[in-house]
Amino acid sequence: MSAKRQSGQLGQGGQPSESATTRLSRLLTMVPWLLNRQGVEIDEAAREFAVTPAQVEADLALLFLCGTPGGYPGDLIEAEWESGRVFLGNADTINRPLRLGVDEALALIVGLRALAAVPGIGERDAVVRALAKLEEATGSASARTARIQVLMDEGTSAETIALANEALVARRRIHLRYLVPGRDESTERDVDPMRLINFDAHWYLEGWCHRAEDVRLFRLDRIETLVILDEDGTPPATAEPRDLDSGLFTPHADDQLVRLVLGPEAVWVSDYYPVESIERTPDGGAVIDLRTADTAWLRRLMWRLGSAAAVLQPAELAREVHLGARAALEAYAAQTGSVESTQVSG
Amino acid sequence: MSTKSNGADKTERLLNLVICLLYTRKPLSKAKIRDAVPQYGTSVSDEAFDRMFERDKDELRELGIPLVTEPFDAFFDDEPGYRIDRREYALPEISFASDELAVLGLASRAWTQATLAGPAAQALRKLEAAGVERDDSSLIGIVPMVRTVEPAFEAAKDAVLHHTPVAFTYRTAGTGAVATRHVQPWAIASWHGHWYLTGFDTGRNAPRVFRLGRIEGEVAIEGKPGSYEVPQDHQPTAMISNVAVDRDPRPAALQVRVGAGHSLRRQAHTVQEVDDTWSLIAVDYTDTEAFGAEICSFGPDVVVESPAELRESVIGRLTGALGPEAARLGQVTPGMPTDEANG
Repeated sequence: MSAKRQSGQLGQGGQPSESATTRLSRLLTMVPWLLNRQGVEIDEAAREFAVTPAQVEADLALLFLCGTPGGYPGDLIEAEWESGRVFLGNADTINRPLRLGVDEALALIVGLRALAAVPGIGERDAVVRALAKLEEATGSASARTARIQVLMDEGTSAETIALANEALVARRRIHLRYLVPGRDESTERDVDPMRLINFDAHWYLEGWCHRAEDVRLFRLDRIETLVILDEDGTPPATAEPRDLDSGLFTPHADDQLVRLVLGPEAVWVSDYYPVESIERTPDGGAVIDLRTADTAWLRRLMWRLGSAAAVLQPAELAREVHLGARAALEAYAAQTGSVESTQVSG
Repeated sequence: MSTKSNGADKTERLLNLVICLLYTRKPLSKAKIRDAVPQYGTSVSDEAFDRMFERDKDELRELGIPLVTEPFDAFFDDEPGYRIDRREYALPEISFASDELAVLGLASRAWTQATLAGPAAQALRKLEAAGVERDDSSLIGIVPMVRTVEPAFEAAKDAVLHHTPVAFTYRTAGTGAVATRHVQPWAIASWHGHWYLTGFDTGRNAPRVFRLGRIEGEVAIEGKPGSYEVPQDHQPTAMISNVAVDRDPRPAALQVRVGAGHSLRRQAHTVQEVDDTWSLIAVDYTDTEAFGAEICSFGPDVVVESPAELRESVIGRLTGALGPEAARLGQVTPGMPTDEANG
């Protein structure tokens, strides 16, 4: 023991906005974690608790001032960290973590139940075992979590997930026949798998696409065939996984700006696609701005929406939507021999 | 004294209080606690101490610490004593195998982008405090992500957990009508990437499904926790998916341009090559408007042969897509599931 224990001077952390209870909660978990890892490096503890090394030191300095009633040196928690490694002692009263709170139990149990329902993923057995133990240990908290559910996926075949998972773990290249619905194209390509991502209820395979010579995402339910090749599938060192913090599809600033007016029946579009801005209109509709490099999917979306939406800009896209709809209607006019579609001016 | 050191003082006081109440076998009186926890000694008056202690008790209970109040002396039961039951406090001894910890890690990381990111990470640390290292090797590269981008998520989740009636402003899909809804929340579920709330709408006197993203502003608490029962057999995802009405499949015949309509071809029973330009496919559908919308998305590459009902739906929609001049000619609704059960 080296430092002089003096209340109020030590234990001031680098996270001024943190509440006392948040910090207390971390300390109560950190103590048993450290007791079971004597000599662990400060940096590792900092990573585990998602705080700075300086904060870990401040936390240790605070622990060092606390203990069982009496206030004699023998009552206080022992902490030693000057070597950069942490040793903790005399903390028997708080040597077990606090039981899981409702939100904590909920996050793990709901997450595990969602994973258990995914067909074709490895480690299903471990998911079931972990879930059973956790439900028993959390008792009433786990019962309440039953009314919170996450469906990770519907419609992806177990076989596709299992094959993608297998290729990923074995680091093997795959050959895909892949449907690009936005452009209504069926494509063939070789891909080196990088990650299997579940995002907004769809599974995506992220990988280095040899056709595009870039990292691409492939939605598993749009993979028509997946064949594992007898070739090494290590992606090139330059292949950067996508930063998922800002969503799966991040538009570039130089993508084209598109402005749409949506009627009330089409406002759902603003929930489904990443929009840059949204302005509600008095009729319950909205005017939205979005950016995209490729407008083929937007043409298709506008045909689908019919009179419930219209393109405000660019004019070129509005024209393409109009011409496409007219061409499609002409097929019906030709079939019935009527000229009804010509009554609408171009 | 700066606010910062006040914060540290408070953490110190709370930690000493926890240790003291766990350490004691018998309930401690307030006076004893004031003596035992040095940071209370500095409070100037009895009233200030009382207020501080009351607040501290509440905050510890909010953290889930089982602080109990018991008569500390059988003969003078007018003054309560306090302690924390160690068995109630501590996480039960559970030993997880390394592969079990790996999947727990995966479940925890799934919430990284959600409001539950903090609790999810904290839960994993508690389970790992025992010192077992996890083996992630078979899970490399698997990244499940549960997002909670809807601002109403936290309030709706808490209302579901505690059976608390709520009220909120809701924008109905389709009509865009905005109204205040009074709801007894039953469940929340993430379905097709969006969070939904199920519950009993007391204003409409019927069960309803609400999409959290269409709740505008605050979710207000409108009653006491536990003031209603949730039906025993309630299946949230079943109720949400039932909003999209299931009907018997009906046959359709479509002309599809060669090299196009890939997703329709995948659903087809038969594909017949008519000439170099067109195929004729037979396919089943259930919802005319939804299937009509899908067909329209192919523009001039797909033409409906039959039935007439589907043809009319497609023609109406495409006419609407011609542009603003034609916009109000036909009455069409986009083929997305609505989010309110029974209309």
